[in-house]
Amino acid sequence: MASKVDEVIEQLRGSRVWRSVFRSGPGDSTLHRALAIQQNIFLHLLSTKVRKRMLSFSATWYLGTLTLGTFFILVITGVLLMLYYHPSTPQAYADMKDLQFVVSSGLFLRNLHRWAAQAMVLLVFAHMFKVFYRGAYRTPREFNWVIGIVLLLVTLLLSYTGYLLPWDQLAFWAITVGSNISSAVPLVGAKIHFLLLGGNQVNANALLRFYVLHCVILPLIAILFIAAHLWRIRKDGGLYVQQTEPKPLVKEESTLPEEEVVQ
Amino acid sequence: MPDEKQHAAPSPAAELDRRAFFVKMGLGSLCVTAAGTMAFAYGFLSPNVLYEPSPIIDAGKPENFAPDSVTMDVNAGIYLVRTAEGFFALSAVCTHLGCLTTWNQELGIIICPCHGSHFQRTGVKIEGPAPKPLPWLKIWVSDEGDLMVDRSTNIPPMQFLRI
Repeated sequence: MASKVDEVIEQLRGSRVWRSVFRSGPGDSTLHRALAIQQNIFLHLLSTKVRKRMLSFSATWYLGTLTLGTFFILVITGVLLMLYYHPSTPQAYADMKDLQFVVSSGLFLRNLHRWAAQAMVLLVFAHMFKVFYRGAYRTPREFNWVIGIVLLLVTLLLSYTGYLLPWDQLAFWAITVGSNISSAVPLVGAKIHFLLLGGNQVNANALLRFYVLHCVILPLIAILFIAAHLWRIRKDGGLYVQQTEPKPLVKEESTLPEEEVVQ
Repeated sequence: MPDEKQHAAPSPAAELDRRAFFVKMGLGSLCVTAAGTMAFAYGFLSPNVLYEPSPIIDAGKPENFAPDSVTMDVNAGIYLVRTAEGFFALSAVCTHLGCLTTWNQELGIIICPCHGSHFQRTGVKIEGPAPKPLPWLKIWVSDEGDLMVDRSTNIPPMQFLRI
């Protein structure tokens, strides 16, 4: 029975329609499996081959993948929440309360969005600590660490801009305090504060600006940098393995203590 | 035809000059475009009309305020203080990060709930992270005899309004 199913699947994979979509075709040779990754627009960012021990839990604790997972949850729940939320001062707070008490599954989706946001910030930090303490940021992966720093900032900005949207007392004062911090920038601080809020106080313009930043601009930046981050893993030689770290090309000068003693 | 041949083989130095010239023209126009884009973006992102409440507040008749009292207008974010020397208006917005402070009648001081700055009722900081005293605001009496406060104009402290 199982072989019959396999046969049908193999036939399907060999069909003209299937092959017009997935060029790699039937067969499960190493080449076919590599091509299946390499020729897929979404998967080609990833490595075609991964060392088996890199997939063990202890190697990475799956922290990067889990962060990406929370990001997907946030995108899906966030888009659904947008269907009931109006970013206008008379309605924002009422819409948030409607999501909690009137909309079917609204409470679940809102809480999922909130908890996933908390988890994402936590996971980003955990991921960075893991990378740091394993030394996985070193050559040739320095630039991917820099991309990671940008993603950390984007994550924090997403958290911050989302904080205003419920339009309650906590949101209002948190954004009042947070936006006033930008006023401390020398010379242009007041201007940055004005541009960020679209006015002198947290008001309708600020709500709309934070909404657009939270729902459009920052997610687009995040997706762009996540793609670059994943692509760089492959380009920098796959997930970090301690034993294959390249040796320095130039032999180091004899500054080691024992060699000085010999001299 | 001979003319064309002459044009077809310019000296290498002349060709380099022409290329360098066009590269400079290209880079120059890109810089102008970038500057224009920056100016455009800045202009677009700064609202020219704001639908914010007026900074000028009508606080009512002076006799409504008891002698030696501090009255807070929560919506306006100001204190109206009546002392023996006269009236003055104080901003209630903390100079640290913009939280709204409150008047504590028992202790006779102004306290910010966010990060614990304490002020005297003249605005002078007692303790906390606030970098500046609470500013004194422009205050005057309107033609109708009402106390008026302009929240957008600070005045030097200790300028009491005597009525």
